[in-house]
Amino acid sequence: MYDILTNIFGNQIVAYIIGAALPLFVWILPFVLFAVLGERKVSAHMQDRLGPMRVGYHGILQTVADLLKLLQKEDIVTPAADRKLFNLAPYIVFLGSYAAFAAIPFSSIYIGSGIEVGIFYILAVSSFVVVGILMGGWASDNKYSLLGAMRSAAQIVSYEIPTAIVVLTLVMLTGTLNLNTISQQQTAYFWNWNILGGAAGSGITQILLIPFMVIAFVILFISTLAEVNRTPFDIPEAESELVAGFHTEYSGMKFAMFFLSEYANMFAVSAIVVTLFFGGYQSPFGYLGNSLGIPWLIPVEQLFWFLAKGVFFVFVQMWLRWTLPRLRVDQLMTVCWKYLIPYAVFNLLIVGIISLL
Amino acid sequence: METKTLKTEELILNMGPQHPSTHGVLRLELELEGELIVNVKPHIGYLHRCFEKHAEAMTYPQVVPYTDRMDYLASMSNNLGYAIAVERLMGIKVPERVEYIRVIMAELQRIASHLVALGTYGVDIGAFTPFLYCFRDREKILSLFEMTCGARLLYNYIWVGGLSHDIHPDFVRLTKEFVEYFRPKIVELNELLSFNKIFIERTANIGILPLDTAINYGVTGPMLRASGLKWDLRKNDPYSIYDRFDFDIPVGEGEKGTVGDSWDRYFVRVQEMEQSLRIVEQAIDQIPEGNVHEAVPKRVKPPKGSIYSRVENPKGELGFFIISDGSVNPFRMKVRGPSFVNLSVLNEISKGHLVADLIAILGSTDIVLGEVDR
Amino acid sequence: MMKPEEIFELLKQKFDDKIIGFENELPVDSYIVVNPLAIKEVSKFLRDNEQLKFDSLMCLSGVDDANEKKTKDEEGNEVIEKGTLSVYYHLHSIELGHKVNLKVSVSVDNPNVESVESIWRTADWHEREAYDMFGIVFLNHPDLRRILMPEDWEAGHPLRKDYKNPEFYNGMRVPY
Repeated sequence: MYDILTNIFGNQIVAYIIGAALPLFVWILPFVLFAVLGERKVSAHMQDRLGPMRVGYHGILQTVADLLKLLQKEDIVTPAADRKLFNLAPYIVFLGSYAAFAAIPFSSIYIGSGIEVGIFYILAVSSFVVVGILMGGWASDNKYSLLGAMRSAAQIVSYEIPTAIVVLTLVMLTGTLNLNTISQQQTAYFWNWNILGGAAGSGITQILLIPFMVIAFVILFISTLAEVNRTPFDIPEAESELVAGFHTEYSGMKFAMFFLSEYANMFAVSAIVVTLFFGGYQSPFGYLGNSLGIPWLIPVEQLFWFLAKGVFFVFVQMWLRWTLPRLRVDQLMTVCWKYLIPYAVFNLLIVGIISLL
Repeated sequence: METKTLKTEELILNMGPQHPSTHGVLRLELELEGELIVNVKPHIGYLHRCFEKHAEAMTYPQVVPYTDRMDYLASMSNNLGYAIAVERLMGIKVPERVEYIRVIMAELQRIASHLVALGTYGVDIGAFTPFLYCFRDREKILSLFEMTCGARLLYNYIWVGGLSHDIHPDFVRLTKEFVEYFRPKIVELNELLSFNKIFIERTANIGILPLDTAINYGVTGPMLRASGLKWDLRKNDPYSIYDRFDFDIPVGEGEKGTVGDSWDRYFVRVQEMEQSLRIVEQAIDQIPEGNVHEAVPKRVKPPKGSIYSRVENPKGELGFFIISDGSVNPFRMKVRGPSFVNLSVLNEISKGHLVADLIAILGSTDIVLGEVDR
Repeated sequence: MMKPEEIFELLKQKFDDKIIGFENELPVDSYIVVNPLAIKEVSKFLRDNEQLKFDSLMCLSGVDDANEKKTKDEEGNEVIEKGTLSVYYHLHSIELGHKVNLKVSVSVDNPNVESVESIWRTADWHEREAYDMFGIVFLNHPDLRRILMPEDWEAGHPLRKDYKNPEFYNGMRVPY
């Protein structure tokens, strides 16, 4: 991708800066605008109501209006707050979720950084979010924020373990940490996807693998749900208990940053799930560009498939949120330590044995 | 430098008066050890509107709109309780038609009140969708009330000796339609919330209220029934014409946990809605002809004396203690609100639970601050 | 099932002069008048006796009787006989299904009543309310604070008949 940009702008540094800013302006901001409205519309239609209807056709511009409102809002810092940490926290949280996008392969030519340790990098960099949340909760000098931040830290750190184990399972099968390579391996048709045992090649091993890959997918999906603090795991910001959790004291644009990173994060984890299990940017039915003989159409199609799959999983997250009640903090830990981690480890062993066959 | 000995102390957390799940302006002073509750101290009175003082300056009929504003989610039942107390004091016999309409209204109101209780309970636990389903159905009841008396929340409908208006000609048909419509919705609510695994995990075995504690604390209504006592004033101390209808008293059975836990309190309300539907169904077919204003006295002036009269409100036993000195104003009027009494047991049942459980317990007591503070 | 008259006789036998009388002239409810400092013993007996078993206190209400009397003595001086405050207890037995009402009266100057909080826990908040609204002091109550009014309300007890609204509360005008 950088070669193309360098060719266009004639300068490598400019190309890198533009390359880094692209996902933000081309995808994350529009996605958040779309997802916030989408969430409100999804919830509204699930609940027998219409949702925002006034701003634009069927409320399409509602989020834009909200964003404008948030931009104009007074930026309140409570007197007892630790100013430096308080102001820094939203940016660190955003940094954590934004940096993850660098290694996500949107398309075969559109990938921020094709580093060899892509998935490892994403797991590591998304831990920044915890630091930010903890900082925000502590610096607010509010007991609700503090409780929320503590819960959040405990939750995210715990749920990284099953995530890591499932990722390990996949890495063991595919033999690479590079997300682009993992995507390329699942090429052509949907039976090559990892969820259907595609990584094992073909034959009996592939069929044997299917149930275990489904289990791995479910574990990964649950734990990523917990990592992004979505219902039923939205305990850090459980509004009926902790008012708004760690971001209780934030207002205006800083609050919007938390909001932005929450939705960005939702897409990031969906992207990981898609890349690892659902063929990444690969089309399930082969490419139109191939059959028509237009080579440049293929990356566009790949982009479309990747975004479509990602948005679908974001939709599933919303669906769950508006259906399920919330777990309690100790039950949340029980789910992680007593169920997900043992199952994940067991799954890892079985998959290892099968892949040796 | 001198090193101080490290010590830990309880975290004092002020929950409310502005908090999403205190159901109004209730302040709870929590003593926490981590997230474990050591002590809960409720502070009430933020919504105190001097009902009892006002009542002393009003004539008896003028008090009726004030009773609306106590438990504002069950105004009809409050009206009924007050009207019955004054009628007993004066020895008024109301026409049959009035009795039937009153029962229908009170039972519809019970369903509406329980719908709010169940819906907001879902929100407390984190499920937002059932809340809106409940409110959608409650709107249908409110529309029936609006058709009858023009108001959707504060009705001033049941007067001493009668009613403010007769029912609308379409009321009977629409109420029957509502009953038909609403039955399946209870099943839907059960599928969505009552038997949800996470919901059961959150509420079963939480905030267990043993029966003897419940009685000693004067707890009434669905809370008492959830603790396992078949006690309903409509059956045990009948008023109006409740003895003519066939209905059951649901009690907590500890189906998902222990008798008297939060889930039981929740589920008793769900079952009560079905029973209320049964009563409405029986009553709606039997409404006799008559004049609803027939027994309304021109001047309400009870004899000297006093009365304590109680009715079964959606939230429990609503008692009116009225002392009359023979004039047109009550000499003293005390209201024994069910929410007031039910809230006082909170500390007893929430010790040793987590903050998240406190929300579950508080939601299951179903308080309305308008009635706690009066 | 026992009638209030029978319960009165039973109590009279047991407690003798601590039971002051039986008020029955009222059209609906009747009251057994009890010595305010003996109400706890009487309540305990009512709750624990096998025949009575009053396990539930339905309601506890304070009342200002507003019966202050002004008379002139022989020399023409005005003598003020202070009024009384009363507390009404409405009891009910869930098991046996009978009801009885108790009443105690105390002078405004010395409004001390024994607390029944340890007999029926529900009396806790009711007594706090009676204290808040009438200034009736319940002896041995564990936590006798104002409950509905603000804790720093200095203008007295609002449900008393001679209560006057204050002009200011914490510097804010009260009548607006």
